[in-house]
Amino acid sequence: MQELTRNGITIDDTFAEAFGMRATAIIITAPTLKWARQAAITMTGFATSVIGCGCEAAIDIDIPASKTPDGRPGCRVMIFAMGTDELQKQLKTRLGQCVLTSPGSACFAGLQGSASLDLGSSLRYFGDGWQVSKKFGGKHYWRVPVMDGEFLCEAKTGLTKEAVGGGNFLLLAADAGKALAAAERAVAAIEKVPGAIMPFPGGIVRSGSKVGGKYKGMMASTNDAYAPTLRGVVKSALGPDINAVLEVVIDGETNDAVAAAMRAGLKAVIDLGPRRGALRISAGNYGGKLGKFHYHLKDLLP
Amino acid sequence: MTPLTFTLRNEPEERLDLSGLTPDRLAGMTPAEIAKLRVGTSRRPVAAGDIFKITGTDASNIVFSGGSGRFDRVGTEMTAGRIRVAGDVGARAGRRMAGGLLKIEGKAGVQAGSSMKNGRIEIDGDAGEGVGGPMAGEIHGMSGGLVIVRGKAGDRAGERMRRGIIALLKGCGDHAGLGMIAGTIVATGRVGRYPGHLMKRGSLLFDLKPAELSPTFVDCGRVEIAFPALFDRYLMEEGILDRPLLGPRPFRFGGDNAVLGKGEIMFARG
Repeated sequence: MQELTRNGITIDDTFAEAFGMRATAIIITAPTLKWARQAAITMTGFATSVIGCGCEAAIDIDIPASKTPDGRPGCRVMIFAMGTDELQKQLKTRLGQCVLTSPGSACFAGLQGSASLDLGSSLRYFGDGWQVSKKFGGKHYWRVPVMDGEFLCEAKTGLTKEAVGGGNFLLLAADAGKALAAAERAVAAIEKVPGAIMPFPGGIVRSGSKVGGKYKGMMASTNDAYAPTLRGVVKSALGPDINAVLEVVIDGETNDAVAAAMRAGLKAVIDLGPRRGALRISAGNYGGKLGKFHYHLKDLLP
Repeated sequence: MTPLTFTLRNEPEERLDLSGLTPDRLAGMTPAEIAKLRVGTSRRPVAAGDIFKITGTDASNIVFSGGSGRFDRVGTEMTAGRIRVAGDVGARAGRRMAGGLLKIEGKAGVQAGSSMKNGRIEIDGDAGEGVGGPMAGEIHGMSGGLVIVRGKAGDRAGERMRRGIIALLKGCGDHAGLGMIAGTIVATGRVGRYPGHLMKRGSLLFDLKPAELSPTFVDCGRVEIAFPALFDRYLMEEGILDRPLLGPRPFRFGGDNAVLGKGEIMFARG
């Protein structure tokens, strides 16, 4: 493998392999940013991976009051799934259980896409006949009376079929603290990139997986090649200097959004340097045959 | 291309039916053919060329240079393009309109925007009775689109409307939203007696509390909801108002409880 370094950090000549997905976005507003984010965080809980959660979701960016439809602070949430039906189901249940219930919330379309998904159209029946439909400015809204006033919700939001899920990079460091420091820097940088989310806890994955396993029925199992405790026992990808690996996984509205997010994340890790952060950066792939999108690290370096 | 312009020669001696002079009807016609179109309503065969000097070629952009209270049915059933009237119009301007823009720079007579379906009507002056309302025998009035009256509107504005928005910027007569089925009426300034009488659903949004509110409307108190800010923003973006109408905590009355009772009257100041 060709050696490539930036600021003393070794960059593997490899690529992240990602897949085409369906995605939607909504804007949640509330009287304060705290409560807009609370609704969004609740809605995007248990949404780390489509394998076990049905969808992948997280807050994309915060939106200042001057830029939201109703003039209150808000945030944009993105939700990714493999199919339109599953995406609709996840959107509806999460909206109904987590956003409708959150104090002072309102919800608007966050994406103009090739197709539409029901938003307020599926929740309006909660109004039990007292829901109010309003159409103006080319948009359709539902107003549902609730105990703190009204839940205002746009009827539909958009769906994109151009979304990409599974952009990633691996941060290999001398110890767990340094791996986490590097990953946190990367997450902070990627949070600023519009159209890209990191669905795992705080944006970070510690249990990277490989395809399959020794037990029947396991679709994925631990990525033993990157587990430091197994170095020497298995065919390890880790050198003697590496004692912790963390992964950052990125889903994006478009191919470009994922590339921009990876670029921002890599730059942040490289700027932090090897003494305080990662010694080496790698990426996860399946040999290039499964995913349509390949992000070569060497193309995304600062 | 220059707008197709109808310049009024003299005040017409009879009421005119101008429903034929719309972008849809005039598309592809030559000036000579247009000049022969009948516009009179009496037994005399009055043609467009007798009343107007006709210039320009772009039938999708029609201008009436000079208006009259005898110009009836301007923009009837138009679906696209624009008509601008530099002057007054008579009855039923924009009736059953389905798209495009009708701009009237003077006053409008009765039933402007009657049963319109879509599109936009702007009236700079006053409008007569029955803005957006139904004709006799029709089950419902306006079913979509936007009417802006920058002057005062007459009685029964938005009668039996189902959808769409009517904005009346210098107040209106009695019974605004009479028998309203749904939709939105915005009014600033003095609103006449019993707005929303027999309304089933829909919103009447005012800056001030109406002087005489029907007793079948009940006080819902001051509401703290997101909708007014969203709608105020729409009104300002559309250039209908230059400052918020309802504000953050409008007063709300629900009604008309003589019928379904799912409508509302909201206003900023009590």
